[in-house]
Amino acid sequence: MRDRASGRTVGGMRTLFLQAPAVSMLLLWMLVPLGMTLWFSFQRYNLLNPMISGFAGLDNYTYLLTDPALWTAMGNTLLLVGWVLAITVVGGTLLAVLFQQEFFGRGIARLLVIAPFFVMPTVSALIWKNMMMHPVNGVLAWLFNLFGFHAVDWFSSLPLTSIVIIVSWEWLPFALLILLTAIQSLDDDQVEAARMDGAGPIAIFWFITLPHLKRAISVVIMIEMIFLLTIFAEIFVTTSGGPGLASTNLAYLIYIRALLDFDVGGASAGGVIAIILANIVAIFLVRTVAKNLET
Amino acid sequence: MNQTLSKKLVLTLLAWFIALVVFFPIFWMILTSFKTEGEAVATPPSLFFDPTLAGYHEVMARADYVKFALNSVIVSVGSTLLALLVAIPAAYSMAFLPTPRTRGTLLWMLSTKMLPPVGVLMPIYLIFRDLGLLDSLTGLTIVYMLMNLPIVVWMLYTFFKDVPRDILEAGRMDGAGTLQEVLYLLMPLTLPGIASTGLLSVILSWNEAFWSLNLTTSDAAPLTAFIASFSSPEGLFWAKLSAASTMAIAPILILGWMTQKQMVRGLTFGAVK
Amino acid sequence: MRLQHAIIPLAGAMALASVSANAETITVATVNNNDMIIMQGLTDEFEKAHPDIKLDWVVLEENVLRQRLTTDIATDGGQFDVMTIGTYEVPIWAKQGWLTQLDNLPEDYDKADILKPIRDGLSHDGSLYALPFYGESSMMYYRKDLFDKAGIEVPEQPTWDEVHDWASKVNDPDNGVYGICLRGKPGWGENMAFLSTLVNTYGGRWFDEDWHPEIDSPAWHKAINFYVDLMNNYGPPGATSNGFNENQALFSSGKCGMWVDATSAAGRIYNPDESKVADELGFAPAPIAETPKGSHWLWSWALAIPKSSHAKDAAQTFITWATSKDYVKLVGEKKGWTSVPPGTRESTYQNANYQKAAPFADFVLKAIQTADPTDPSAKPVPYTGVQYADIPEFQAIGTQVGQMIAAALAGQRSVDQALSAAQRAADRTMRQAGYY
Repeated sequence: MRDRASGRTVGGMRTLFLQAPAVSMLLLWMLVPLGMTLWFSFQRYNLLNPMISGFAGLDNYTYLLTDPALWTAMGNTLLLVGWVLAITVVGGTLLAVLFQQEFFGRGIARLLVIAPFFVMPTVSALIWKNMMMHPVNGVLAWLFNLFGFHAVDWFSSLPLTSIVIIVSWEWLPFALLILLTAIQSLDDDQVEAARMDGAGPIAIFWFITLPHLKRAISVVIMIEMIFLLTIFAEIFVTTSGGPGLASTNLAYLIYIRALLDFDVGGASAGGVIAIILANIVAIFLVRTVAKNLET
Repeated sequence: MNQTLSKKLVLTLLAWFIALVVFFPIFWMILTSFKTEGEAVATPPSLFFDPTLAGYHEVMARADYVKFALNSVIVSVGSTLLALLVAIPAAYSMAFLPTPRTRGTLLWMLSTKMLPPVGVLMPIYLIFRDLGLLDSLTGLTIVYMLMNLPIVVWMLYTFFKDVPRDILEAGRMDGAGTLQEVLYLLMPLTLPGIASTGLLSVILSWNEAFWSLNLTTSDAAPLTAFIASFSSPEGLFWAKLSAASTMAIAPILILGWMTQKQMVRGLTFGAVK
Repeated sequence: MRLQHAIIPLAGAMALASVSANAETITVATVNNNDMIIMQGLTDEFEKAHPDIKLDWVVLEENVLRQRLTTDIATDGGQFDVMTIGTYEVPIWAKQGWLTQLDNLPEDYDKADILKPIRDGLSHDGSLYALPFYGESSMMYYRKDLFDKAGIEVPEQPTWDEVHDWASKVNDPDNGVYGICLRGKPGWGENMAFLSTLVNTYGGRWFDEDWHPEIDSPAWHKAINFYVDLMNNYGPPGATSNGFNENQALFSSGKCGMWVDATSAAGRIYNPDESKVADELGFAPAPIAETPKGSHWLWSWALAIPKSSHAKDAAQTFITWATSKDYVKLVGEKKGWTSVPPGTRESTYQNANYQKAAPFADFVLKAIQTADPTDPSAKPVPYTGVQYADIPEFQAIGTQVGQMIAAALAGQRSVDQALSAAQRAADRTMRQAGYY
């Protein structure tokens, strides 16, 4: 781009023109609702109590930030995101390699493995809660009993783990899909050449496949992270954040502290805090993953 | 010879085992949709039973599936097409005409998605009320488009970056303008990528359960509202919920099946070869 | 056909066309409970009787519905013409001026026929603001066969200590029977609905006269310790995921020796199509401990018309139809008398058909009549409500406390820790809301 003498100005104009629709729409989307959220966060505004009104200053923020549950919620959020990312990315990569190979009925097997992503999160959660993980009626309980073990009371004793399992199940297909599409573009000649040189499958995987997938993996991480930070439906349907606060993440904390109360001021402040936190995590992640953006 | 055959067998078994395990909960749900309510909560869970369509009948009688399904289709496909329309130029410019601000713009776009919907429900509801967009397909489509735009841009950007420059350079040398470049060179090359991005956007819109429940009542309600009316009411409902869910994911499963073949075809480097 | 012969049928057709063209559509929002589903199923009957009104249904799960409706009514959204809300919302929303007063009801509606506690629960300042669709209290269900085998005789008013004793006798986990099933799923309308009654009957209350929460009081400690101990020894596993639905499933599939929960479940567990234990059912009033006050709750789902509705007259026609004596008869004839909406009218309970089909009817009636939301506790209280307090902050507080107690039940915290954490959280909320 730089080597085009006349290209600079033209490139700049073209860039603006091409990006304008997307950018301007998102700008509007950001400014108006986000602006209102910011405004509300400094107000005392409770839907159920129109008597309360007026400027709240930093009250809403203080209320949330001094909440003893905040740290637990943030910790849970990070744990949730971390575990699901690890499981889906590692699992997704390995499965992508596996499903790239030729084998009997590959097309159907691929569809089966991708299916969980098509199911609504609320339905997934309900299926897992009542049909799989229920300690009395569930399939897992029956399996455990079959092998002589006690059925595990998933949502009472391992609440966060249960949510991790459910969400990983939902998102593994997504990672698989993206990584599989990316692996398709791996140059066969390169792989053949390496094999001729005597490289074993593991070496090929580590030195050829993995680097090729770097960008795709970073996409998966970025996109998943956005969604995982605001997991809500699964918690709402299964554990309601409990027992205690064991499976409450930031989004759910905002819900119970503010939305349940219809405290718009509080909910807005919570939203702003969530964005700030999410951005910090994003910047962190982007630093480590950044190189892949500019290749 | 024997080695490759046994290797293939192991591969097949492994892949199929994983596929079946991952698919199992869905399989179980579809199975349950054909049981009676009493059967659905029986222990031990039963694999063989007398199938019945009672669940489906009740679900169909209670709610107008076609209306909900149609709404879902319109909103998902509509928002995806709009998003692609806006995102392709943007991703093109970011991938092929990068400026120092490109990375910042991309990150900023993604950051608009970091706000948990629960925090911004009120402002959006108020805006929609004032604009008369409550319970309208237009309103929901717009929201979904804006929701998915950052992701669509990001993914297209990634796929575009994988295209080797030489092809586009060659096209440009031949005198192709930007529009032709995009339509005749870029898109055919990146069709799998565009397809998977489109599919992702459709799925995200199809499954979105927060805005669709809060911004619609009856006219524009999509399948998520349909499912919500069968989730955890009083009394036994697993068979009915399974039936409703099966009906809700069937269209999207079929769509996924069809587009999947498209995606897995792989990038063609025919021009280079 | 001569022209003049054609005019009359033509005119008639046009008149009919204009009537249906003028049909008003009202949007009805309701919970997806059995009785409401039946009401939805009878849409045709309503539209036949009132051809100028069409019904559009929005059916959602309770929590989602509540959020949706509150958002709409508080922002004047105008999306709904009929809202299904409970005795918790009605007084609060009526006070805000969000609901339409229901003063000019037709004569034959017979307001006086509505059970008094329910009628009071849906009124504000002497006027009715919602019409009750069904009402319920709580009571105890038990397995007659298991009790007979263990030689247990149930007195007229059981106590919780007796219940503890009975649970130990019928508890048989190796054969898949648990002594007692109780709600454990966190939520102000889930486990806290039941636990409030337990606390009440142990002499406790939610708030003192100055609105300070009393969750750390001795009565609470006694009640919750009793609950956790009972459930850990004689309850089913996974109790913290069990709400009303799950327990109903457990009881109807024969896994519970006893179950203390809503009277509205009676019809279903008594129905052999839906329950394996329909023949072995015993009924008793909800157990008491130190005081009979507040030992069983009072709840009613009611139909209200928001002020922001654009079709108030049509909406009123609908809600009077759905809560009338004729409607009760309609359901009885079409769906069976056990499916009739319970707990609203005296006439239902005096109906011979209902008495015959539902032997538990008297129990339910007595429970509802003796549940007094204005006097739910041994000590005086500043709020109304047996299993809730009629303040907007209660939803959040109730849910938070419910979560803490679920943690204690799951063994993650001790009861002492849970209650003091709950007390602190409630205190914070009340302070933030400006009560003191």
